Amino acid sequence: MSQLPQTANPPQGGRYSVGLVAPKEAMDYNCADCGATNEIKSREPIRCRECGHRIMYKKRTKRMVQFEAR
Amino acid sequence: MATTYDSRRLVGIKAERVTDVSSRDFPGHYPDEDHSWNLEKFRENLTVKIRRVSNRSIDFDLVGVDASIANAFRRIIIAEVPTICIENVYVYNNTTVIADEILAHRLGLIPLNIDPKAMEMRVDDESTDRNTIVFELKLECTRKKDAPKDSTNPSELYNNHELLSGHLVWQPAGEQEEVFSKNPPAPTNPNIVLAKLRPGQVVEMTLHAVKGVGKDHAKFNPVATASYRLLPNIVIKKPIPPHLAEKFQKCFSPGVIRIHPRTKAVTVDEENKRKDTVSREVLRHPEFEGFVELSRVRDFFLFNIESESAYPPQRLFTEAIAVMRGKISSIRRAAEALGDQPSDGDVVMADS
Repeated sequence: MSQLPQTANPPQGGRYSVGLVAPKEAMDYNCADCGATNEIKSREPIRCRECGHRIMYKKRTKRMVQFEAR
Repeated sequence: MATTYDSRRLVGIKAERVTDVSSRDFPGHYPDEDHSWNLEKFRENLTVKIRRVSNRSIDFDLVGVDASIANAFRRIIIAEVPTICIENVYVYNNTTVIADEILAHRLGLIPLNIDPKAMEMRVDDESTDRNTIVFELKLECTRKKDAPKDSTNPSELYNNHELLSGHLVWQPAGEQEEVFSKNPPAPTNPNIVLAKLRPGQVVEMTLHAVKGVGKDHAKFNPVATASYRLLPNIVIKKPIPPHLAEKFQKCFSPGVIRIHPRTKAVTVDEENKRKDTVSREVLRHPEFEGFVELSRVRDFFLFNIESESAYPPQRLFTEAIAVMRGKISSIRRAAEALGDQPSDGDVVMADS
């Protein structure tokens, strides 16, 4: 991570602001066809390593969700 | 010997109507008779007799009380005898085809074997080890390595393809380990299917069970059914002609009417007359007109209670009485507080 000095006007660093996930960090996705878990880094081709399918689903949030059993 | 009931105790059942439905044994109805409530008299008339008890249900007779009292106990059993149920569901992961909300709802309906006496009511969402029991639920479905190739049976193909109530794992907290050591909290039935899974699907959640009553949510209802009937009463006015004996018998439920094998004399089986459904079939046949009178005994309640909770069936009625006594004592306290106020003829509301 780059250490940017805290200024009132942050420099315009490209069109994309730096998100929560650092670039080149792998994310897990599920293949829509075969269900296999795939690690895909940013700017990599979106393609399942098992079956070659090009549709991927993001995994469910790891955050806890609360429900009333009613 | 046939038991005869005072005609004032009977609800008449005619072909197309019922008569004398309400009781009239209140003061002032019959001239020159004292019908004011009397504990001695009540004690004399009251009978409770257990007819049958099993693991799950009980049949008993409650005789000598007004319908309002019998009905109050029935309603209390259904709506106000407390039980323990899962109330909060914290989902960390659920990738099954069952939506979180639906699964949470299904979890709430699982009957748990926790004695409600051992827990307190939770107030203001403050969870402690005295009012909340925690369960963990973790399951992942995987493929079996050595599954036969041509099999289509999920239990041969996969591990953990069903999420069952038996998968709930109790997490003791505080003093719970000691309190529940004899009977560790678990569902009463470990084989309830909550969801079906396929390889890769995961369920991971934490469940909080609390004490509640049926009027808040049906899941807290401790019984499958709690109901009563009035005792049927059949009076044969004149002897049934022998050639009609079998036809007469068929007008009632099996076992209610007995025919003497030799004389063909028709009698009512006193033990079995409670089995009659009072279908009034006998009143449809002109040949039996004037031979028989049907009725029910107004203060003779045949209770049937089927427990579907931690309570053994014989405990439910006494629990209902305890709830009723609690209500009476709180009314008594309120009435006494009202009486203790300085009286100037006006009743002052408490929060004015």
